[in-house]
Amino acid sequence: MATPKDRTPSTQPPSPEETAGLLRELVSHLRQNRTQLREEWARRITRAQLLTAMTEEEIFAEATSVYDNYVEALETGTFEALQAYARNLSERIIPRGVETHEVVGIVLLLRDVLARSLFAKYHEDFTKLNRILDAYEPAANRIANTVAVGFVQERERVIRQQQEAIRELSTPVLQVRERLLILPIIGVIDPQRARQLTEQLLRAIRTNRAKVVVIDITGVAAMDSNVANHLVQTVEASRLLGATVIVTGLSPEIAQTLVTIGVDLSEMATVGDLQGGIEEAERLLGYKVLELSDSGQKTA
Amino acid sequence: MEVPILKQGHYLIASIQSALTDADLMQLRESLVARVGKFRARGVIVDVTALDVMDSFAVRTLRDITHMARLRGAETVIVGIQPEVAFAMVQLGLTLKGVATALDLEEGLAFLDAQARERIDRA
Repeated sequence: MATPKDRTPSTQPPSPEETAGLLRELVSHLRQNRTQLREEWARRITRAQLLTAMTEEEIFAEATSVYDNYVEALETGTFEALQAYARNLSERIIPRGVETHEVVGIVLLLRDVLARSLFAKYHEDFTKLNRILDAYEPAANRIANTVAVGFVQERERVIRQQQEAIRELSTPVLQVRERLLILPIIGVIDPQRARQLTEQLLRAIRTNRAKVVVIDITGVAAMDSNVANHLVQTVEASRLLGATVIVTGLSPEIAQTLVTIGVDLSEMATVGDLQGGIEEAERLLGYKVLELSDSGQKTA
Repeated sequence: MEVPILKQGHYLIASIQSALTDADLMQLRESLVARVGKFRARGVIVDVTALDVMDSFAVRTLRDITHMARLRGAETVIVGIQPEVAFAMVQLGLTLKGVATALDLEEGLAFLDAQARERIDRA
């Protein structure tokens, strides 16, 4: 199929003044056909089964404001307002489970709907159509980019926030026996977490009436003097509530670090591993664990 | 406000009801040390459950009471330090070294009983 010469896209990029003029024309076209194009777009979104988490009214309402922002970005050539709107929109729709592909999908749909309306309007004048598209394409692409990037950034922010929340929740205080608590610490201890950890432990000591606490730090990768001091404080605060603390799971590296930096851990009872710590705690509490066969022989 | 001191068997129980001034604390110290001899007490329990602040003077007085009572032949145990108070004390470096502590009155009594048993076992 041979392509007539006047239908090929112009190889010369249009001059900035020309682009501005064409964009103005484009914007007024989009303003005039606002209602019809908007409806068409919303229809296409529903048909493509995008944004299934939202009702049709919501889709239409969002479509309207996206459309207006889109036209405005085309008109002014600035994307700050659109960026802010995209962030705001993402904030609202991310909790409802809207996926990245849906957001990219609807923006591309709008691009398509608008392009088609341009085809319909200028189908008699292909040279004009080409120039309009030359002006339209870069701006439209940039808009699509802005919205998609805004959405992804917002999503990443939410993920970071959730990670933080998980980290905060990750200090369980467990009761293994009457009056014996275990506090496994995993990950990085910063001042904030150390404080929270101590508060949680002290509360647990009171509610469970604990006498012995085993703090297991096998999962702590590194320790500096700050962290060590927090640990000492936790031990002392627990003692004020009448509970003995046994620290277990100090790795060889941490032991070396602590001795090298000269942290005074003489007040702390330390046992090699969690098993040893629990055995020591049971001894302190007066428990004696016997194998069934052993005790059976003795009683027999 | 004067702190009531109750006698329960061989033990004396001082139950602090409200925030104490320095003078109150000194009076508590004196009357406790005096009564240890008067009642021939073997143990002293100071209940600080009602205190939501513990300053350096209070901590020093409690430590002094412990050491003085020990010289008079009685073990002392401090009971009922609130978690928040414990946290604040540790941050301020007031750690009551060498002083026995227990969760509450019941635990304190159990501690003193255990101490007494140990003493009998040793004898």
